[in-house]
Amino acid sequence: MSFSSSSSARLLGWALPLLVGLLFLGAWEWAVRAQGLPEFILPAPSRIGEALVTNAGSLFLSAWVTLKVTLAAFLLATVSGVGLAVLFSQSRVVETAFFPYAVILQVTPVVAIAPLILIWVGLDNVELALLILAWIVAFFPILSNSVLGLRSVDHNLRDLFRLYGASRWQTLTGLQLPAALPHILSGMKVSGGLALIGAVVAEFVAGSGASTGLAWRIIEAGNRLQIPKMFAALVLLSLLGIAIFFALSLLEYALLRRWHESAVKRES
Amino acid sequence: MTKAGLLQIEGAGKTYRGGTQALSGIDLEIGRGEFVSLVGPSGCGKSTLLRLMAGLLSPSAGTLSWAGGARPEAGFVFQDATLMPWADVFSNVHLPLKLKGISAEDARARIMAALSRVGLGEAAHAMPRALSGGMRMRVSITRALVMEPTVLFMDEPFAALDELTREKLDDDLLTLWNEQGWTVIFVTHSVYEAVYLSERVLIMNETGRLEADMPIEGGFPRGQAFRDSQLFFEQVKKVSAALRGRSAP
Ligand SMILES: Nc1ncnc2c1ncn2[C@@H]1O[C@H](COP(=O)(O)OP(=O)(O)OP(=O)(O)O)[C@@H](O)[C@H]1O
Ligand SMILES: [Mg+2]
Repeated sequence: MSFSSSSSARLLGWALPLLVGLLFLGAWEWAVRAQGLPEFILPAPSRIGEALVTNAGSLFLSAWVTLKVTLAAFLLATVSGVGLAVLFSQSRVVETAFFPYAVILQVTPVVAIAPLILIWVGLDNVELALLILAWIVAFFPILSNSVLGLRSVDHNLRDLFRLYGASRWQTLTGLQLPAALPHILSGMKVSGGLALIGAVVAEFVAGSGASTGLAWRIIEAGNRLQIPKMFAALVLLSLLGIAIFFALSLLEYALLRRWHESAVKRES
Repeated sequence: MTKAGLLQIEGAGKTYRGGTQALSGIDLEIGRGEFVSLVGPSGCGKSTLLRLMAGLLSPSAGTLSWAGGARPEAGFVFQDATLMPWADVFSNVHLPLKLKGISAEDARARIMAALSRVGLGEAAHAMPRALSGGMRMRVSITRALVMEPTVLFMDEPFAALDELTREKLDDDLLTLWNEQGWTVIFVTHSVYEAVYLSERVLIMNETGRLEADMPIEGGFPRGQAFRDSQLFFEQVKKVSAALRGRSAP
């Protein structure tokens, strides 16, 4: 593949979705104006932009609140997920005993546990409750991916470590964790998005002004029929999700670029 | 046998947990500094025997005893290079030393010398995926040799390579063996390779037993002249016959 065609392919990769988006927004704007749709049913994109600007203060503050919960839950999920997976990898007994409970935690709908967590943690501690709920949602993909990754070590490499008398710690840090890294990172990519979803769902359930995140702004704007503001909050939420995804993709690329198949484009 | 004993195997057998009996009644003595090849039909238990000797498997019957008690320092080369894809050539070769607590700094000179010896001095900081199959195999061999092992286990190390590369690596291996005097146990399914490399060829049959133990004539160092000699062909024929004699139904 020649240089120019590969770089034009890259450009196309950006330009094409962008073009589709612009066309869509244009059509939307036109349709709303031509039909004279009322704002509380479907505001035009220009009105949403306007609402974003006029409410920038409260919206960005709320975005920050949601982002904080999301990031904290995500970090907690990463540390606990990888940590637990390492523990499992050291002892089959521990894994057999505890893995089912991790699955139970995963399959129970977070909306159903939320009221309970809120009561336990106390309504004056809503941020902690949000953190716990978002963590529950984000935790499992990291755990299961890490467990898979730690197990998927090449048998011959494992034998080699044994032949040279490697300690458990050396095998873990020198072999299992590096081998598991691609799996852990793809678990993190899933969990990053889930942490945001978890934070938003938890905010919805907590409701009633107890939290001041983006989800609450959406409820609030909905109650007051401020539909443009509601859309503006939605836009911010999507942007947060996209930013998280990009940041994690970047991290993945940076860490795997030198060696892993998924991150390297082979010349062909 | 003129070489002093290094490993004595008596009545060794291996039955895997699933019930497969891979080896039975193996009696064998390996001398210090010998180059021994192991040939036999696919699935006859060659890898199992090699892993048993390396201590990666424990026998379900019989005993292995090393001169001096425990297994001496060993290197192992697998059929594929088995490099750590996340580490560059230098770090891959450093692995055995690192696991023994020798830092990259202290080992640098030794590793670079070992890499230069196999023509990979320039590639020290390349990642495995950027190397050809032959180069990867060289890295794998260098890793096995950097500890200066007493015994080197090789499980069809060059089977995946083309004829020319394989002959080149065979020659490199023989040269190193001549210089360093390790004991080499070499599994291959090529009778030519076995005869060319070894002082002794062991033949296994499908029942997981040793069928024959044939000394190979021809002095060292060996080279193309040996490959072209009548003596070489005679011995290849003899080993092939011994192998076929049992493996054909
Ligand atoms: N880990 C294992 N568990 C169960 N059975 C095994 C295991 N490894 C090997 N076997 C069985 O033991 C027998 C001998 O296998 P082994 O790998 O030693 O053969 P081999 O001579 O090296 O064959 P090849 O030339 O194909 O490499 C085979 O029947 C194989 O299926
Ligand atoms: Mg084998």
